[in-house]
Amino acid sequence: MPASVRTPAEAAGTARFWRTVIYVTLIVFAVMYLLPLFVMVVTSFKSLDEVRDGNMLSPPIRFTVEPWRAAWGTACVGVSCEGIAGFFWNSIKMVVPAVAISTLMGAFNGYVLTKWRFPGHRWIFALMLFGCFIPFQVVLVPTAQVLGMLGIANSTAGLVLVHVAYGLGFTTLFFRNYYEAFPNELTRAAMIDGAGFFQIFWRILLPSSGPIIVVTVIFQFTNIWNDFLFGASFAAGNSAPMTVALNNLVNSSTGVKEYNVHMAAAMIAALPTLLVYVIAGRFFVRGLMAGAVKG
Amino acid sequence: MRKMVLTAVGALLTTLTAAGGLRAAPEVEVLHWWTSGGEAAALNILKKDLESKGITWKDMPIAGGGGTQAMTVLRARVSSGNPPVAVQMLGFDILDWAEQGAVSDLNELAAAGGWDKVIPAPLQKFSRFGDKWIAAPVNAHSTNWIWGNKAVFDKVGISQPTTWDELIASLDKIKAAGIIPLAHGGQPWQDATLFDSVVLTTGGGDFYKKALIDLDAGALGSDTMKTVFDRMAKLRSYVDPNFPGRDWNLASAMVIKGEAGMQIMGDWAKGEFVAAGKKPGTDVLCFRFPGTQGNVTFNTDQFVMFKVGADRRPAQLELAKAIMSPAFQASFSVIKGSVPARSDVPDTGFDDCGKKAMKDLKEAAANNRLMGSLAHRHAAPASVMNAMYDVITNHFNGGIKSSDDAVKRLVAAVKAAR
Amino acid sequence: MPRRRRATDRTIGWLQAQLPKLVLSPSLAIVLLFVYGFILWTIVLSFSRSRILPVYTFAGFDAYERLWSLPNWYVALQNLAIFGVLYIGLCTLIGLALAILLDQRIRIEGLLRPIYLYPMALSFVVTGTAWKWFLNPGLGLEKTVRAWGWSDFTFDWLVNPDMAIYTIVIAAIWQSSGFVMAMFLAGLRGIDNELIRAAQIDGASPFKLYWRIIIPQLRPAFLSAVIILAHMAVKSYDLVIALTGGGPGNATELPATFMYSYTFTRNQMAVGGASAVIMLMTIAAIIVPYLYAELRADDRAR
Repeated sequence: MPASVRTPAEAAGTARFWRTVIYVTLIVFAVMYLLPLFVMVVTSFKSLDEVRDGNMLSPPIRFTVEPWRAAWGTACVGVSCEGIAGFFWNSIKMVVPAVAISTLMGAFNGYVLTKWRFPGHRWIFALMLFGCFIPFQVVLVPTAQVLGMLGIANSTAGLVLVHVAYGLGFTTLFFRNYYEAFPNELTRAAMIDGAGFFQIFWRILLPSSGPIIVVTVIFQFTNIWNDFLFGASFAAGNSAPMTVALNNLVNSSTGVKEYNVHMAAAMIAALPTLLVYVIAGRFFVRGLMAGAVKG
Repeated sequence: MRKMVLTAVGALLTTLTAAGGLRAAPEVEVLHWWTSGGEAAALNILKKDLESKGITWKDMPIAGGGGTQAMTVLRARVSSGNPPVAVQMLGFDILDWAEQGAVSDLNELAAAGGWDKVIPAPLQKFSRFGDKWIAAPVNAHSTNWIWGNKAVFDKVGISQPTTWDELIASLDKIKAAGIIPLAHGGQPWQDATLFDSVVLTTGGGDFYKKALIDLDAGALGSDTMKTVFDRMAKLRSYVDPNFPGRDWNLASAMVIKGEAGMQIMGDWAKGEFVAAGKKPGTDVLCFRFPGTQGNVTFNTDQFVMFKVGADRRPAQLELAKAIMSPAFQASFSVIKGSVPARSDVPDTGFDDCGKKAMKDLKEAAANNRLMGSLAHRHAAPASVMNAMYDVITNHFNGGIKSSDDAVKRLVAAVKAAR
Repeated sequence: MPRRRRATDRTIGWLQAQLPKLVLSPSLAIVLLFVYGFILWTIVLSFSRSRILPVYTFAGFDAYERLWSLPNWYVALQNLAIFGVLYIGLCTLIGLALAILLDQRIRIEGLLRPIYLYPMALSFVVTGTAWKWFLNPGLGLEKTVRAWGWSDFTFDWLVNPDMAIYTIVIAAIWQSSGFVMAMFLAGLRGIDNELIRAAQIDGASPFKLYWRIIIPQLRPAFLSAVIILAHMAVKSYDLVIALTGGGPGNATELPATFMYSYTFTRNQMAVGGASAVIMLMTIAAIIVPYLYAELRADDRAR
């Protein structure tokens, strides 16, 4: 029998073998990804003595939710010892407008760069893309100067502005690639029918942009929610975002380090982002599929 | 278009808040990195004191890197034209900022309060720029301490060593008993804390001054310095292999648990021992690094008063006055494990190690042996200190093999950083 | 009357034509200021005498001379090369591999995807501590495996100056490969099924199928992946500080930590600025040709 012809049973056997290999590989990777999370979760439910004495991978002997309660409401983040609860709202106040504005602007940019081409459109795109690489600490001082001149240095508006400014590169990248794959015939037909610039956007492109909007929102939300440097520099004290509070909780230079409270606080802080991931997760893949990636 | 709208909205909001602010109580915005429970309690004393005078405390805590992040945020605030009223700062940073002309004048207050007489001169060096008082010192920590687990000492049969050779003998005995002799955390500032003490004990106070404060190239390149590096390598042989990157409080935990015999650390470590229920003097021994008794290498926490508008000046002065009050300094230092900056504060309420610290400080100040710690930003400016850190930590981690090399690199590094 | 109406019509017509550019201009203006304006500012800073705050006195190449005389800087550059290549390369590979595996109609895909993705959600401020414990020989993996019986097992990379940089690679890959996987997975799902079926009818083996047809179709995905990964490699400050603090000694110094240290901790802003300029030039040297090739190819494909 020629080597390439096998009995159906043999073929099925090989297929099952490979499928097992695939499953095992995926699960092994999943376990590796979960290990640090496991350490964090397990630590956050132990008392401090257990953390000090015990093995980091062992489940808690005496399960306690005290660290979570402390992280939420009683841990010290400065003179005030009221946990990180109060700072959540500050973060949301800042993240929602920043994400919304940068996404909208990115959408318009992508639209213009693909459906209303003009000479040099590739250069403009490349120019905007380079903004993705600027480390925030390089531009901290001049940004502070500019915000100071505009008079919004210590306000939510200032924070929103800087996050929009440095998020435009990414949002433009995502939307431009997505709209590039969008068939031009539809827009051209609409133009012939007499539709204007905004009408084409609202009526034709936007309704099919659901997936890419979700992708952009997830990416921007994660980056802006987890930003520390700008948040600390441009919003002080009680209006500081949650990352500043978390940092103050975790990075105290002196004093007893309550690792269990730190882990609990970190997971509380990550909850909104994780929620966004899980809920939008289904759209995530569908969204990227439609073209952040296709180019 | 969008930017114009944002600017307009921003400007409107700022005006509204400013207008609101004029009617509100005077407030002081204080940037600091005291975010742990004990420190928060200590700062609350200050906060309540100010509130009783009708001044609101606006907290601006930024933890991280022992002040590193706070200094970064400070730059942003100053660049945007809105500095905080008071900023916690260490050593030479204060002088650097004063050079920029960003700080305000406290001379009147200092004269009225007689600060000149109660703050030791070495501490004053950082509170004044030229003849201007610019900062209110809170406390003084010292760094040439060893903290030992008494149970381990008793078990192994050693007493507090007073010379370098006795120290080595003690460490050998602990090692022989199967216990880690020296608990150490491998971060550059911790390596440098060891360096402070080794320089002091090897060359004495004069050598320390000449090499680390005056930055004399001859002293830095001398045979004495070679011996210092030899001794650092010797100490390296007494730490466990997992020391790189270990936080200082985890090293303290090793001593607390009896896994290690001693830790070389400043007196903020006392807080760890006390929190774990160990009584200073009975469960945990505090003694000066062998050979350095009589000298004190210190670092102080000071609140620098930045230049602010006339509307916030009265509150700023009240804050400075409150910081300098003996009562606050005493209660703060008891909690923090330090010595009050004012020399006229009685030692009631301090534990044994605290009392010893105060006594040592007074003695050292009187004998001109109170010197800024290199490891903690009080001997040399930031650029030089960090350049020395690089060599010290590289050598301690085995990157530089011979003491000759280390000394050469040290001289070159200091020269390049000035 | 007719003349005025024609003029107004023309103006409105002109505005309509300019609308795309008008819509694009706020973004362009913001980027020009916040990105390129500030890059220019950084360049100016690197030629100045700035120490603790910007000071605009010309100092020639002083900062650059100092920069290139610092052994730390060479360590940082070397580490960037090691870290950059390994991180971008391995992350892309692992992301692609996981995506291809997940694309095989796996029943638990809905569960596995968020598991691979979640590391990106956690800020490194605390995951860094978890990793530090995990990799520390005395506290983590080595201790646990030894407790399970393999007493010869050593994994002391974290405290070894020569190997510490690789622990950073590991933690960084853990953080980002899930997102890369998601990007490739989506790309895979977007490939025209006709192409695949045609190839299968022609008798292509699975390997050839992937190698010759599917992976080339993922070119745009590679572009996005490289950009995202390169940007994370450049901004890797939090990760390094949380995991090793730059240590042991200075073994894991990277340009991001170097620049932060010299600008904000050592009060040598001009040197920090110079290092930032070099860093940006390096990025440009790599990204610009890549972008050029990709965007050109894009156009040719149309």
